Amino acid sequence: MQRIGVFVCWCGSNIAGTVDVQAVAEALKTEPGVVFSTNYQYMCSQAGQDIMKQAIKEHNLTGVVVCSCSPRMHETTFRKTAAAAGLNPYMVEIANIREQCSWVHKDMPTGTEKAIILGKAAIAKVNLNTPLTPGESPVTKRALVIGGGIAGIQTALDIADAGFEVDIVEKKPTIGGKMAQIDKTFPTLDCAACILTPKMVDVAQNEKIRIFSYAEVTDVKGFVGNFTATIKKKARYVKEDVCTGCGICTEKCPQKKVPNEFNLGMDNRRAVYIPFAQAVPKVATIDPDHCTMLKTGKCGVCAKVCTAGAIDYTQKDEFIEENYGAIVVATGYNPISMDKFDEFAYNQSKDVITSLEYERLMNAAGPTAGKLLRPSDGKHPHTIVFVQCVGSRCSACDEKGKEYCSKICCMYTAKHAMLTRDKYPDTDVYVFYIDVRTPGKSFDEFYRRAVEDYGVHYIKGMVGKVMPEGDQLKVRASDLLANKQINIDADLVVLAAAIEPDKSARPLATMLTASMDTNDFFTEAHPKLRPVESPTAGVFLSGACQGPRDIPETVAQAGAAASKVIGLLAKDKLTCNPCVASSNEIMCNGCSSCANVCPYGAITYVEKEFRQPDRTTLVRRVASVNEAVCQGCGCCTVVCPSGAMDLKGFANNQIMSEVDAICK
Amino acid sequence: MKVSYFPGCTLRTKAKQLDKYARRAAEALGVELEEIENWQCCGGAFTTSTDEIATKLSSVRALNEAKVKGQPLLSVCSACHNVLKQTNDAMKNNADFAFKANNYCEFEENYAGETEVIHYLELLRDKIGFDKVKEAVKNPLTGKKVAAYYGCLLLRPGKVLQMDDVENPTIMEDFIRALGADPVVYPYRNECCGGYVVMDDKESAKKKSSKVLESARLAGAEIVLTACPLCKYNLEKSGMDMPVVYLTELLAEALGVKED
Repeated sequence: MQRIGVFVCWCGSNIAGTVDVQAVAEALKTEPGVVFSTNYQYMCSQAGQDIMKQAIKEHNLTGVVVCSCSPRMHETTFRKTAAAAGLNPYMVEIANIREQCSWVHKDMPTGTEKAIILGKAAIAKVNLNTPLTPGESPVTKRALVIGGGIAGIQTALDIADAGFEVDIVEKKPTIGGKMAQIDKTFPTLDCAACILTPKMVDVAQNEKIRIFSYAEVTDVKGFVGNFTATIKKKARYVKEDVCTGCGICTEKCPQKKVPNEFNLGMDNRRAVYIPFAQAVPKVATIDPDHCTMLKTGKCGVCAKVCTAGAIDYTQKDEFIEENYGAIVVATGYNPISMDKFDEFAYNQSKDVITSLEYERLMNAAGPTAGKLLRPSDGKHPHTIVFVQCVGSRCSACDEKGKEYCSKICCMYTAKHAMLTRDKYPDTDVYVFYIDVRTPGKSFDEFYRRAVEDYGVHYIKGMVGKVMPEGDQLKVRASDLLANKQINIDADLVVLAAAIEPDKSARPLATMLTASMDTNDFFTEAHPKLRPVESPTAGVFLSGACQGPRDIPETVAQAGAAASKVIGLLAKDKLTCNPCVASSNEIMCNGCSSCANVCPYGAITYVEKEFRQPDRTTLVRRVASVNEAVCQGCGCCTVVCPSGAMDLKGFANNQIMSEVDAICK
Repeated sequence: MKVSYFPGCTLRTKAKQLDKYARRAAEALGVELEEIENWQCCGGAFTTSTDEIATKLSSVRALNEAKVKGQPLLSVCSACHNVLKQTNDAMKNNADFAFKANNYCEFEENYAGETEVIHYLELLRDKIGFDKVKEAVKNPLTGKKVAAYYGCLLLRPGKVLQMDDVENPTIMEDFIRALGADPVVYPYRNECCGGYVVMDDKESAKKKSSKVLESARLAGAEIVLTACPLCKYNLEKSGMDMPVVYLTELLAEALGVKED
């Protein structure tokens, strides 16, 4: 028989506000096995822990039930406390009477009743608990970074700097991401390429870093410290190790009419291309959708002009498997499609563009070589209207836009407006906004400068409609401060489109069993205290895949994610969860059902000798669980037809006793 | 094909042509319009009232009659279509409204928005098909520059009306093309004509409707097409020199059934 102590926590008024903690402690006193029951204001405090330690010693407790917050919060705390008092930490059970009880109930009687039931269930379980000892598993000292934008680049550099190997997998032909497309960065206005490309070169030159460009992660198996990823290297029809990046093929290719995605389709590239001058790796890629040779077998110009002999039309997609100890997700963001925002006439006029397109128009390497010219007729625009929050903070238009604030638009619009006025003082620049949000270092000063020093017309109100008429755009908007409707004849309209996670994020989250929010941003393990870790052990988050953020924040988070990875890879062994499967060999019939469903490959079969009652020996095939590999998911316990498989710490009889206690 | 037909009050008075040519063209296209018996005003004068069921009851009756006959309910006036479709949506999705209206009407079986409400343009596009309309055209309006004027009620609110994209619609332009004419796309084609404002502030309405017609003229239109009697009234009162006709009139002309 166990000797169980029950500790009911008030959590200040978090629990005590809707649960009568005194009554809960009283009611649980008479449960089977309970020899001590008390309540305290903050069980997690030093004083609370001391009460537990003292009780364990004084009453010779063999099990502990803490009625408190979710085990995610303090299970570890109380296990350590119990261990310090000489109790096996796995003899501690948490009854979650906060998140699953006091916070969701409003009145005291219901809350109290439920808390008592949850306490009884936990007591019933502890009565069947057995002491468990955790094992250890090795750590593969290499990290995988998925996404080669500024987030992935910084994370990889920081991990490599600590001496660990890192692989970057980037789906595009080059690393660099969105930052490579940006012209200037706020609020300092330094050129994005000038600060990004040195980092890209660092990545290329770092011996610890491998770049898999034009590649995707197609499968991930394993668990923290021991992941196995399958990487698909898409056929680029160019031998990466032979191509010198001279670019002759990209000049001679006769297929000239392929929309250039790097310039967002505002100009054309060839079917064989290098995305931009500072691309890393500087290797050509053939676009199979547009290459005449690959489509019809007639052309071969690039192979003829290539002096290095790097072109290979027979290349196939290649799959490689690699082991990693940690995975960092850095899949980034994209502006949303403007298709559902026809009121701004994006699809009706070439002169209605998105802010990212405006970046390319301003950039020296862009389609207009940095001259601000209208996409429709190449004329210089004199009146430019910027529209903020297109699809952001959009609760009224649910399926059209996003409910959240995209965060970066206020600042980049101020940057665009300021740079435009600086370079072209003859332009009239209007910015329509709902609110201007500039809470960052030197951010508000930057915005004030746009208004006060550069004479940008900031108008509080939204644009209702953009109507193309002749070669002009009629912009109708409301000025909320003057309380009137205004009409502007504009030459160019720039839409600050909301941003959303990259489309590759959701399938990746499924692969990694990492959780996402309703907007497909990755969720952190704890929004305040574990902001760069995903709830899945060994998976870390870097950059805008987790939520809208600007470059400084992304770099800071990338470094934080790297430091978490380094902390993990620095360990030689990881303590395993002892709540793993075990097979009762007497009951096992060797059917292989468990091995077939095990996602971790933790189950093997062994031939074992059994003594029969008649004193003969029988050799049988039975399941054997590798405890270092088992993650305790419990799949095997469900499929085992003979009931031989059970999960330590969550045994079938323990779960059933909890259910019985609840239903009693 | 038989459909229930709800003409609406204005089609009996000011907008007789809209009704007359709708019937003739339908006949020419092989569609039989069965007029709803004892129909009353759709409630169009009260489009913005949401807390009063009384104004919508005649719509509910018309919708129920079409349901009993097992026919879609057709209308051609933008305002009638708008009210019928919104009322139908409320009967389907607003339990409180449906409960009150059903209690009042005491139909044999409660009405729950079963009727399909279609506008004349939808009849042409979805039931007959613009390709079939094109085949039936006897006098193609070749070379005629026609500007479609959508107004506000025909398409909005888009979620309920579900006829076309509210900001960049194409249904009337496709219709014009089916008649052999050239559609003129101009920025003000789905702006308000001034609507009921005309009753109390003629100048404001005039300003709105002249902008529409001016915009059509700049885009090269010879004629403006509408489905709404109030739009036609306002556009004509603007004093601009631009003919405004009902879409059914142009359809009848193209089908060769306009003249008596």
